[in-house]
Amino acid sequence: MLSIKNIHASVEGKQILKGINLDVQPGEVHAIMGPNGSGKSTLASVLAGREEYEVTEGSVEFLGKDILGLSPEDRAREGLFLAFQYPVEIPGVSTTNFIKTALNEKRKYHGQPPLDAVSFMKLMKEKMNLVEIDKSLLTRSINEGFSGGEKKKNEIFQMAMLEPKLTILDETDSGLDIDALRIVASGVNKLRDENRAIIVITHYQRLLDYLQPDFVHVLLNGKIVKNGTKDLALELEEKGYDFIKDQFSMQEAV
Amino acid sequence: MEKINLEYLGEKFNQLQTLNPDEFISSVRKEGFHNFNKKGLPTYKNEEWKYTSVSDLFRKEYHLCEDEANIEISKSDIDEMRLPGHENSNELVFVNGKFNGQLSTIRSSEKQLIILPLEEAVNGKYKELVNAHLGKSNLFVNDGIHALNTSFIYGGIFIYAAKGQIIENPVYVYHISDARNNHILSQPRSLFYVDEHTKLQLVETYKTIGSMDSFTNEVFEVVVNANAIVEFYKIQNDSSNASQVGTTHIRQIGKSYAHTVIVSLNGGIIRNNTNIIMEAQGNEAHMYGLYLLKGNTHVDNHTLVDNKMPNCFSNEFYKGVMDGRSTGVFNGKIYVRPDAQKTNAYQTNNNILLSDGASVNTKPQLEIFADDVKCSHGCTVGRLDEEAMFYLRTRGISKEHAQAMLLHAFASNIIEQIKIEPLRQYAEQLIVERLTEVEAEG
Repeated sequence: MLSIKNIHASVEGKQILKGINLDVQPGEVHAIMGPNGSGKSTLASVLAGREEYEVTEGSVEFLGKDILGLSPEDRAREGLFLAFQYPVEIPGVSTTNFIKTALNEKRKYHGQPPLDAVSFMKLMKEKMNLVEIDKSLLTRSINEGFSGGEKKKNEIFQMAMLEPKLTILDETDSGLDIDALRIVASGVNKLRDENRAIIVITHYQRLLDYLQPDFVHVLLNGKIVKNGTKDLALELEEKGYDFIKDQFSMQEAV
Repeated sequence: MEKINLEYLGEKFNQLQTLNPDEFISSVRKEGFHNFNKKGLPTYKNEEWKYTSVSDLFRKEYHLCEDEANIEISKSDIDEMRLPGHENSNELVFVNGKFNGQLSTIRSSEKQLIILPLEEAVNGKYKELVNAHLGKSNLFVNDGIHALNTSFIYGGIFIYAAKGQIIENPVYVYHISDARNNHILSQPRSLFYVDEHTKLQLVETYKTIGSMDSFTNEVFEVVVNANAIVEFYKIQNDSSNASQVGTTHIRQIGKSYAHTVIVSLNGGIIRNNTNIIMEAQGNEAHMYGLYLLKGNTHVDNHTLVDNKMPNCFSNEFYKGVMDGRSTGVFNGKIYVRPDAQKTNAYQTNNNILLSDGASVNTKPQLEIFADDVKCSHGCTVGRLDEEAMFYLRTRGISKEHAQAMLLHAFASNIIEQIKIEPLRQYAEQLIVERLTEVEAEG
């Protein structure tokens, strides 16, 4: 589904990703872990198409298409979804209207007619229940005055509405209390199926307890330095990133 | 300097004085013409006109004071510019700056609203009011362009909003310039007297017919008495050959409430002077403006809040979006005179530049001579929020559509200040159309 080959990327001339390789198949959940500054969020931004990030080398294929030349909106329409670490507050734009616009632009891209008002409301209601989001949030401006938990829940709600093939959760667990984390994680779990894949970017083990990734990758200094299963996440939780750093620097030295 | 034909203006002035020799108005005009000759048209060198050059516009020769008998404006010309809600309004038509009674429709009863030609009002029951209040704005706006309007006071109206009346029918003023054969200088001048316990709503819009240039140099003087409410709206959506200097001079002589909203979309060079003179304690004024510009349109909003008495409140909120090579100006002057303790005066001006060729100059000017006051001002100039753009786009919304959504959100809290519902909806629709254009061009 997603094939990242030797991606190098820089921002403002500073090299951040230094050759990343990753293959994601439908139905899989991959966790990308790593200390601060290792390039995790940069990878998410590069995949979503943030313009400040310049890809200097490598390729990204998504569903058989090279997406590096696509605009962020076309990547989204192809089925890529980025749940933001810091969802943006947009005063004056109603959440409902925004999601409706997004959904219909995606449908148009795939040659489908726009959803009529009744079907849209029905879909909203269904997904609202699924991710346990309060209706009143959706009548407000996008994320305006939302708590941290509400913002993250809104991200998962949008994910539910847009039904992406590949979702990237960029530190979705940051700033969440235990209850919010559980609700968000259970929302994500309900949206999992054999056709969809998820990349979870996180510092911590706790979200992975709920999501149970198939693969865990450790990112360090712009490179994936270790691959494993969910046991690797447990090991990291126990020993911290230093043991990887030590190991990695030893390898470098060799 | 400017190629303004003083000889022609002098001739027209003498002609007007001879044909309309009313003693009081003649004397006001005479003083105006004297001032005009003394000051000339303002240039960049005049601090108040630093960013807006009207003298350049006078390089061409405008026609002035054309005889009403020659006017060839039909009902259908007016139909095109009628604003939503007009069925319920008093529609006053000005052609080339002169009130045209035949084309106008008055729906309010005389109990509520008296609308008279100025020349008639000055000789009848309202003589004293006209004598007392016409020309008072000259003290505050004493530049040449204002003096030019004063020099040619003729054909305007006097409106008296009667005591204790909620005037249910708003006053819609249609300013038409017939520029089919000549460049036209229209100089409407009117006086509104709003009596105690009265509410009056006024809406103005502008239309130039023909391909020659029009220049509307307008002065509306408004006197507001105690416990009265006035709302003044302007929709500026004329063609690019239409320029104007419009002065709305509101004197709140009794504790009252004033509310103004100016929406500017299209035109040549536009200068709006919105003045609030707080002449009584406890006055309140709210002033709003939205300018969504493209092409070469230039819009300059100059506001003045002159606090002469204690306990007055004013809030100004102006927002602009500049595209193409358009230019915006906001200059907000607030005076707090020594007696005006406990003044609250706030000012905000936010601007978004969409292109490299667009620009804006924004300047607050606070002159405070009292010590117990609250005044604040803030201005911003920036680009569209890149984070918000990216967020919307990652959901599959096109760049153009995302931009339109953000700009619409930016503009909407000004549009919401239009309290005449059909007019608010109309302004909303104009904004949406403008933003869709941007989308299509983008």
